[in-house]
Amino acid sequence: MIASAGPGIMGFITVFVLAAFVGYEVISKVPSVLHTPLMSGSNAIHGIILVGTMVVMGEAHGAAQLTLGFLAVLLATLNVVGGFVVTDRMLEMFKAKPTDRKAAAQAKRGGGEGTGS
Amino acid sequence: MSRGTATDLVYLIAIIGFVLALKGLSSPRHARTGNLVGAAGMLVAVGWTFSLPEVYSHTRNLVLMIVAIAIGAAIAVPAARLVKMTAMPQMVAIFNGVGGGAAALVSVTEFISLPGKTLAIYKICEILFGVLVGSVSFAGSAVAFAKLQELMTGRPITYPGQQLINAGIAVAIVALVGVTIATASTPVLVVVLVLSLVLGAIFVLPIGGADTPVLISLLNAFTGLAVAASGFTLDSTLLIVAGTLVGASGTLLTRMMSQAMGRSLPNILFSAFGSVVTAGEGPGTEGRSVRAGTAEDIGVLLAYARKVAIVPGYGLAVAQAQHTARELADALAARGVEVYYAIHPVAGRMPGHMNVLLAEANVPYDQLEEMDEANSEMGTTDVALVVGANDTVNPAAKNTPGSPIYGMPIINADDAENIVFLKRSMRPGFAGIDNELLYDPKTTMLFGDAKDSLSKLVAAVKAA
Repeated sequence: MIASAGPGIMGFITVFVLAAFVGYEVISKVPSVLHTPLMSGSNAIHGIILVGTMVVMGEAHGAAQLTLGFLAVLLATLNVVGGFVVTDRMLEMFKAKPTDRKAAAQAKRGGGEGTGS
Repeated sequence: MSRGTATDLVYLIAIIGFVLALKGLSSPRHARTGNLVGAAGMLVAVGWTFSLPEVYSHTRNLVLMIVAIAIGAAIAVPAARLVKMTAMPQMVAIFNGVGGGAAALVSVTEFISLPGKTLAIYKICEILFGVLVGSVSFAGSAVAFAKLQELMTGRPITYPGQQLINAGIAVAIVALVGVTIATASTPVLVVVLVLSLVLGAIFVLPIGGADTPVLISLLNAFTGLAVAASGFTLDSTLLIVAGTLVGASGTLLTRMMSQAMGRSLPNILFSAFGSVVTAGEGPGTEGRSVRAGTAEDIGVLLAYARKVAIVPGYGLAVAQAQHTARELADALAARGVEVYYAIHPVAGRMPGHMNVLLAEANVPYDQLEEMDEANSEMGTTDVALVVGANDTVNPAAKNTPGSPIYGMPIINADDAENIVFLKRSMRPGFAGIDNELLYDPKTTMLFGDAKDSLSKLVAAVKAA
C-alpha cells in the first residue's frame, strides 16, 4: 500500500470521469415532455450537498463557521426537499390515463371547475 | 464490517438510486418511480450521515443542524406543494440556486476551517471551483427566478459596454483566483465569492425570459459541478458521483432543450448582445387592423369544421383553462368533429408544460400530437384554435431572418384554413416580438381570458 496524497486524488478523479460518462449515457433519449421533470429531478439529486453541509456543520468551530454551516444546511435542505416535491408534483400529471369513457364522464361532471390540484 | 466500509456501502446504494432515478426520469412510464427511487436514495444517505461521529459528536452543532433542516423542510414543502403549475419553472430555479449556494458555503467553510498553509494547491483549486461555480449558479438562479416571477422585466437587459464589463469581471476573478492559490488568503477568497455572485447575475441579465428554462437547466448542471467540487474538497465519493451525474446529464439535457427550440446554446446565451435593435421590429405591422369575432361566430365555425387543431400556449396555463379546453374538445367530438392538440415542445414556460396541464385535465394521449405530427396534419385542418400561444406559432420564425426567434421550429398554424386566436390583448408574446399571423386575413381574434373565452365557445358550439 502506498500512503501518499497521489492515489487518493487520482482515485477521486477516476470516479469523477467515470461518473461523467454515466451521467451522459444514462439519459440518452429523453422525450421533450420530460425535459422539465428531468431537470427538476436532477436538481433534487444535487441536493446531496446536504450530506456535505452536515459533515461541515458537525465539525464547525466558532461562530463564523457555525453560522455558515447553519446557512448551508438550511439551503441544502431547501434544495433536496423542494426539488423532490416539485418533481413529484410535475409527474403526478403523468399518471396512467383512465379509460376514455371514465374520463369523458368526469369531464361532463366537473370539467368546468378550475384546477384539479 | 468497519464503520467506514458500512458508510461507503450505504452511500453506494444511494448512488445506485440516483443513477436509476435519472434513467427512470428519462422515460414517461418510469418517471415517477424514478423520482421516488432518487428520493429514497437521498433519505438513506442523509439518514446514515447522522450516524457519523463527525456529525453527531458536538451536541450543540447537531441540535442546530436539526433546527436548520426542520426550517428548510418547513419552508420547502408548502412552497413546493402550493405553487401553481405555471410557477413551476421559477421554483426549480430557486431550489437549484440554493443548492449552488450551499455548495459554495461548504467550500468557504472548509477553507476557513483548514489552516491555510497545510492546504495542497489542488485542494485550494477545488475550493475555488466550488465557490466560483456555486456562486454563479446561486446568483444566476436568483435573477432567473426574478425574471420568471416578473419581479423584473423578462426582456433581455443590455447596457453599453456590457461585454467589456463582463469580461473585466471574469478577468478579475481569474486574477484573484491566482492570488488565492498563491497566498491562501481568506479575504481574497471572499472577494472571489462576491465577484462570482456579480458574474452570475450579469451573465443572466441579457437572456430573455423565453430562454430561461434552458438557462435554468444549464445552471442546474453548474450546481452539479459545484457539488462535485465540494465532494473533492471533503473527500466524498458520494458527492463527487452525484454532483457529476447531474453535471453531465444536465449538460446533455441543456443541449437537448436548446435543440428543441431550434437554437444553439451559445445563441441562447449570447444572442441578446448587439441584437437589441432588431428585436421588436416587425415589418410595419403598426396601424394594421385585425379581425375580432364573437364567440357565437367562432362557435359555428368550429361546430361545422371537419378537423380542429387546438394549439395551447402559456395563456392556457395562466388561465388554468385546460379543463375547459377539454370540455370544448369533447363538445366538438360529440358533433363528430375531429379534434387534436398541437403541442409545441416549448409552449408555455417550460418544455412539456402543455402535456402536463392537459394530462391534468385527462386529455387522452392519442389526441396530443407533437409538433412534427401536428404540422403534417395542419394542411388538412379547417380551424387552428390558438389558445394563449403566440411565439410558438409566429411565422417570423420561418420568414424573418434577424428576428430573435428566427430558426425556431413552430406549429404551422398558418397552414390551416382558418385561424382563431384566443388572446387577452394584442400584446406580443414572451419573446417580445410582433406576430404577423394576427393580421392575417384568415385570422379571427377572440379577446379575453382563455378560460372565459373557451367557456363561451363551449356554449356556442352546443347551441350551434
